Amino acid sequence: MLVAAIVSLTVLGTVLGLLLGLAARYLRVEGNPIIAEIEQMLPGSQCGQCGYPGCTGAAQALADGSAPVNLCPPGGVALVQALADKLGVEADLSGMEDQGPQVAEVKEEICIGCTRCFKVCPTDAIMGAAQQIHVVFREACTACSKCVDVCPTEALSLQAVPVTLQSWYWNKPKLEAA
Amino acid sequence: MSEIFLLLLGTALVNNVVLVKFLGLCPFMGVSRKMDGALGMGMATTFVLTFATAASWMLEHWLLQPLGIQYLRILAFILTIAATVQFTEMAIRKFSPGLYQVLGIYLPLITTNCAVLGVALLNVQEKNGFLHSLLYGFGSALGFTLVMLLFTGLRVRLSLAQVPAAFAGAPIGFVVAGLLSLAFMGFAGLSGH
Repeated sequence: MLVAAIVSLTVLGTVLGLLLGLAARYLRVEGNPIIAEIEQMLPGSQCGQCGYPGCTGAAQALADGSAPVNLCPPGGVALVQALADKLGVEADLSGMEDQGPQVAEVKEEICIGCTRCFKVCPTDAIMGAAQQIHVVFREACTACSKCVDVCPTEALSLQAVPVTLQSWYWNKPKLEAA
Repeated sequence: MSEIFLLLLGTALVNNVVLVKFLGLCPFMGVSRKMDGALGMGMATTFVLTFATAASWMLEHWLLQPLGIQYLRILAFILTIAATVQFTEMAIRKFSPGLYQVLGIYLPLITTNCAVLGVALLNVQEKNGFLHSLLYGFGSALGFTLVMLLFTGLRVRLSLAQVPAAFAGAPIGFVVAGLLSLAFMGFAGLSGH
């Protein structure tokens, strides 16, 4: 009976999966392939700072040219340039000084443990509990600054990524003459 | 013939899934802001509910009962329902992109619409035959669509009415849903049982 249960549910799942796979093939919607490519380039944290509902919406707007290439604050200058190359448009870099990659940081002495910041974090990069000091995981933070906006005590701020033993690397070799 | 009619009437009005059995309240509150969204949701749910009822009847009588593994009923039913919903989503996306935009997040949520699983389980509980089950599912779905449309009409008017600030939005929606439910209790005397 145990075997019957395992086999029957496995077969059921496989058959349904096959049917859905076939349906996906026959009912596929031809989308603009560039949208998927642009979406791959965006940070993918769905932070919504560009004003579009998530990165897919932003990628669609970028593909039909209804949005400027510098719409993504977390992406920084590197993303603006990459998007400009991809779409073949001039990148408007004025007013965008590159501060380098940034991450959010909690000032521990003024954090009151209100839990507001980690509720809005799109990448779950903040950990904490009520009345406990919160902490930011630098690996997961995309510097979307949503937490900075909701913090009632201004304990959160964006800082340049600190150099640690894990993130330090040799400078790339440069030509003397240049 | 009259039996079929009575069954449809009974499931759609007398034992309405939303207002009498209180199943499927999530899309009832969630997608009742615009008429075309509500109609689309009703139609998508009608398809899923009818199809899932038929599929779960076959599953129950041809797979679970012969093998004596009825304890896996909920798992097997949910699997079928999820697959049906996935298929519906693909079909709607292909044939009606406008509707796909309107339904948005609520389309995958039909999987967790408890009316779908609830009706499938009620069919098993009441030991209905295949045609009976199909009609039960279809009637319930008709009732769901009807109530969605009624409620959406009310909410569209409500959004223009002057509601006290404390009640604006969802609270007055719940009050209206309660009143509508009371009205549907009036159908209780319509059929014999």
